Amino acid sequence: MSAIKLTLELASLTTILLLLIGTPIAWWLARTRSPFKGLIGAVVALPLVLPPTVLGFYMLVVMGPQGPIGYLTQMLGIGILPFTFPGLLVASVIYTMPFVVQPVQNAFEAMGERPVEAAATLRAGPWDTFFSVILPLAKPGFLTAAVLGFAHTVGEFGIVLMIGGNIPDKTRVVSVQIYDHVEAMEYTQAHWLSGGMVFFAFLVLFALYTFNNSAKGRGR
Amino acid sequence: MIRSLLLLLVLLSTSSMAISEEVQVAVAANFAVPLQKIAADFEKDTGHKAIISSGATGKFYAQIKSGAPFDVLLSADDTTTAKLEGESMTVAGSRFVYAIGKLALWSAKPGVVDDDGRILSTGRFSHLAVANPKTAPYGAAAIETMKNLGVLEKLSPRLVQGENIAQTQQFISTGNAELGFVALSQIQDNGKLANGSVWIVPAGLYSPIRQEAAVLAKGKGKAAVSALMDYLKSDKAKAVIKGFGYDLQG
Repeated sequence: MSAIKLTLELASLTTILLLLIGTPIAWWLARTRSPFKGLIGAVVALPLVLPPTVLGFYMLVVMGPQGPIGYLTQMLGIGILPFTFPGLLVASVIYTMPFVVQPVQNAFEAMGERPVEAAATLRAGPWDTFFSVILPLAKPGFLTAAVLGFAHTVGEFGIVLMIGGNIPDKTRVVSVQIYDHVEAMEYTQAHWLSGGMVFFAFLVLFALYTFNNSAKGRGR
Repeated sequence: MIRSLLLLLVLLSTSSMAISEEVQVAVAANFAVPLQKIAADFEKDTGHKAIISSGATGKFYAQIKSGAPFDVLLSADDTTTAKLEGESMTVAGSRFVYAIGKLALWSAKPGVVDDDGRILSTGRFSHLAVANPKTAPYGAAAIETMKNLGVLEKLSPRLVQGENIAQTQQFISTGNAELGFVALSQIQDNGKLANGSVWIVPAGLYSPIRQEAAVLAKGKGKAAVSALMDYLKSDKAKAVIKGFGYDLQG
């Protein structure tokens, strides 16, 4: 049971953090004419392409005692990040980044610049513009981002296996627990958890598609 | 002229095809490097080719049961091979112990692990890596050792588990875990320690890790498979296996 709780905690926190970090990045990517747009866009999209074990391995090196992040965290007196829940969180945020940034960026791009300009002529402040104009217009994009971010973190395996250390109650999430069960030939438990994951994934996607379709229907 | 040359070519290629075969081998992570060495010699000496997949023994068991195309399993234990034999997934009578594994407490840094393993009860460290004891025999042996030394309870909050012995080594070699239990074969080549500091755990502290090989149903009757099994028992292969720090049966 603790693996399920841990997974839900990790996925919720990752999603919240990514909405906070990802929204400004998506906004910048949607609006900028900077020559660095391609570079930053490519960096954000990297986790879509790289095998999780590649990311996990480099994070193990970078967050380890000899790595730059490891130096920093040790200097701050919090030790090293691998084998801890915060370590999993950092890794999940990086790994899930494109799943949150890209839908939000698409929504911003689809919106165009006119709503923002209109709000500016009406002397709306930037925060007011964001909450009364941009957010409602980009709502489907944010919803897709949140659902995909959450679901993708739940399904993450390669990275948590690499940097988690498989510690009960601390870093052993559902995907790792399933792998454990299969390797230990405990197929009944593996079936229960895996079946649950399939059901969960289906439910999430079904809800997402149903909502997006009805949102489109209303838009027409 | 050209026709006869072509004919000769066809004859040559078919004849060499008849002689050399490929063997698909699933090998426990701890024996992957020694097997690569042995396979290179095997290929040179017999013309057969060994195609090697390495990983956790438990994973291979699941894959073999689901019809994985392996001819031979080099297991990290003797229970998985026994289980497969009981389920008629192996060729009867093909099982044998190809190596007896040795457990080592290892740190990537010199001077961390002492010659008697006293660091387990006295040392200050925050992470000790072990392979998952439920699935990896070396992990089970590590837990048994700590239990016998009476330090398991004290150390258990500091344990981090690798999925298999290769991942455990990665935790240690990147320095994220200061030390941990690995197979001696992973850190020793030609009888020498590659780097860091080590305590070779005395055999009395854990049950022997008897690593068995077995011919799987898919490999039945293949000449290359029996050639490889014979090769593993040859003096040449035995020298390599010993050089990696394994013991040999009787």
